[in-house]
Amino acid sequence: MTADTTFTSGFWNIWIWVLTLGNILACWWLIWWASKRRPGDPAVGELTGHTWDGLQEINNPLPRWWLWMFYLTLIFGVVYLILYPGLGTFKGVLGWTQEKAHTAEIQKADEKYGPIFAQFASQPIEDLAGNEEALKIGHRLYANYCALCHGSDAGGGPGYPNLSDKATLWGGSPEQIKASILDGRNGVMPGWEAPLGGEQGVNEVAAYVLSLSDRKVDAAQATAGKAKYDAMCASCHGADGTGNTALGAPNLTDKTWVYGGSEGAVRKSIAKGRKGVMPAHRGFLGEDKSHILAAYIYSLSK
Amino acid sequence: MSTETTYNYKVVRQFTIMTVVWGIVGMLVGVLIAAQLIWPNLNFDIPWLTYSRLRPLHTNAVIFAFGGSALIGTSYYVVQRTCQTRLFGGGLAAFTFWGWMLVIVLAAVTLPLGLTSSKEYAELEWPVDLLITAVWVAYAIVFFGTIVKRKTKHIYVANWFYGAFILTIAVLHIVNSAEIPVSWTKSYSVYPGTIDAMVQWWYGHNAVGFFLTAGFLGMMYYFIPKQANRPVFSYRLSVVHFWALISTYMWAGPHHLHYTALPNWAQSVGMVFSLILLAPSWGGMINGIMTLSGAWHKLRTDPILKFLIVSLSFYGMSTFEGPMMSVKTVNALSHYTEWTIGHVHSGALGWVAMITIGSVYFLLPKLFGREQMYSVKLIDWHFWMSTIGVVLYVVALWVAGIMQGLMWRAVNADGTLTYSFVESLEAMYPFYFVRLIGGGLFFLGMLVMAYNMVKTISGAKAVNDPIPQAA
Repeated sequence: MTADTTFTSGFWNIWIWVLTLGNILACWWLIWWASKRRPGDPAVGELTGHTWDGLQEINNPLPRWWLWMFYLTLIFGVVYLILYPGLGTFKGVLGWTQEKAHTAEIQKADEKYGPIFAQFASQPIEDLAGNEEALKIGHRLYANYCALCHGSDAGGGPGYPNLSDKATLWGGSPEQIKASILDGRNGVMPGWEAPLGGEQGVNEVAAYVLSLSDRKVDAAQATAGKAKYDAMCASCHGADGTGNTALGAPNLTDKTWVYGGSEGAVRKSIAKGRKGVMPAHRGFLGEDKSHILAAYIYSLSK
Repeated sequence: MSTETTYNYKVVRQFTIMTVVWGIVGMLVGVLIAAQLIWPNLNFDIPWLTYSRLRPLHTNAVIFAFGGSALIGTSYYVVQRTCQTRLFGGGLAAFTFWGWMLVIVLAAVTLPLGLTSSKEYAELEWPVDLLITAVWVAYAIVFFGTIVKRKTKHIYVANWFYGAFILTIAVLHIVNSAEIPVSWTKSYSVYPGTIDAMVQWWYGHNAVGFFLTAGFLGMMYYFIPKQANRPVFSYRLSVVHFWALISTYMWAGPHHLHYTALPNWAQSVGMVFSLILLAPSWGGMINGIMTLSGAWHKLRTDPILKFLIVSLSFYGMSTFEGPMMSVKTVNALSHYTEWTIGHVHSGALGWVAMITIGSVYFLLPKLFGREQMYSVKLIDWHFWMSTIGVVLYVVALWVAGIMQGLMWRAVNADGTLTYSFVESLEAMYPFYFVRLIGGGLFFLGMLVMAYNMVKTISGAKAVNDPIPQAA
């Protein structure tokens, strides 16, 4: 059901009819009345006889062309309101609505362009990643739907993964990429400040995590952090810290950091947690376009 | 001379001078944010100077500070002289001046601080809304009180338009600003979702219709026949276009919400009345320009008249453009593009600012007992700076807007979009630059005006004309 036909009472329907048509009719009457001469009116081109601060008025008639333009817009208005929805619940004889128009346009586009995408959709993503034509389409889709977050060069940004390198959160296989595009991903890293007993615990775990990618850290802190890591972090990020693509848990042993690799940023991630949302695109891109897009993304890190 | 035998020009002088001051302030902010679109670093990483906070400051300053001062000031002058009686209400007129100035200062503080109701052209928070209401009611009492005690039999046409503007703005402001306060600086609209949007644009478009159109038509109906020294072209036309304009404007707001969650019927009604609005709008232009019949030669020598008449040309152009943009198929291209900004400025700079500037040049010498402005040559300079400024501004954004709209809808043979959003943004830079030059030129013209004003006023004595006795 669209909002067009729902009024809280029948009164509003009548209200709209009366105001709309009443205003149009009033305009019609006004210009008809004013274009008539009545006995006693000053002659055309003469002053009306009133004076204000030296200002006077001439009794000139309404310009003809202007009068006709006015009548024409009124006629147009009435015709439009007969053809299109405007008078309350009256749907207009054409039965047009913006919702129907939108659906029809989408349908037309799908009929015209659908086969082009379908032809690529039947080929494996690995093959398409070497298909120049498919990559061109994929690049255009990327520029419009992905670049806003992941960057025109796919280099990502804080909170938005880099798509041009080998590192991935949810896996880099063609199927995994396509799944990310179609149904989106929800990555949740909880905040550990309280369970870790406050700042010191956070700092210790941060030191250990940084040591996994061979960063210089305080050895005593890192050792203290390892115990905590094993207890609280390993279940998602793995005992060796290489992450888990099933959960979107990042690999902590490489040099890639979605939310920044500075000591401060890592501490913040641990203390406050992070939330990453990749929206689902199945609804408006559909299976076939997502297939080509996946091929383009796959080609970026090959 | 006792005060009852002279007109109250003091409040007119105050508003007239502040019109020029706020014009400069508002346009300076406009020039700054136009520059920020090209060089975003011009916000210097200071939250108060970010585009999002300065943009409402710009719109409020030019519409309500510059335009509002011009409207209240000129309406006080016109209503007294055409009613042949001193302003009604004694000190109430002074209250409207100081009250309105306080509103403006509060706006200039709260908007950069980020305090906003988030309703376009109605961003001010609820305490300021209440102050506006008080000032506006006082303004209405002064204006209509003067009409009531008039010594002339009929009410002059300029006063119909000023009166309609005052009454309607009161209704619009109160209805649209209905909000529930949660603290001194924050409130929430009483209307839900789409209804809120509709109320907002009913307000927004009628702010254009009654503040920026009807009010300034009132100005036009006094200052053009005065400066041209000719009778108004057609009394009939003024009656017809007045009633048609104020009745049809009311329903045009939904064209701001084409192809949105607003129900189809409301969109259609908005579009139909926007188109019907063309003839009533043009009625004012015809009446103003035709008033010059028999005095066309004055346009060659009188730069004030040039301002007034050219403002009507821009008025005619934007009131033709507006109905066209309200047609849904055109709107599908123009909406959300720079074209809209260009359209607004051909009205705001070309019509509103230029008719105001002409009227202020007319008023200043009369309020300060001078024969004419200090330099007529500088008025001419100002005229050309303004005209070239508006043309550069509007043409740049027409091209930019249409190009933007076409880039957004362009598709490749495979149905994918030809341009990404960033590419369409990148294409705007040359036009933003021309717009900045145009707007900058218009702003510099205002500085020329300020200089001319100061020179005219300095050493002059404030004059309050005597009220002629016999009607």
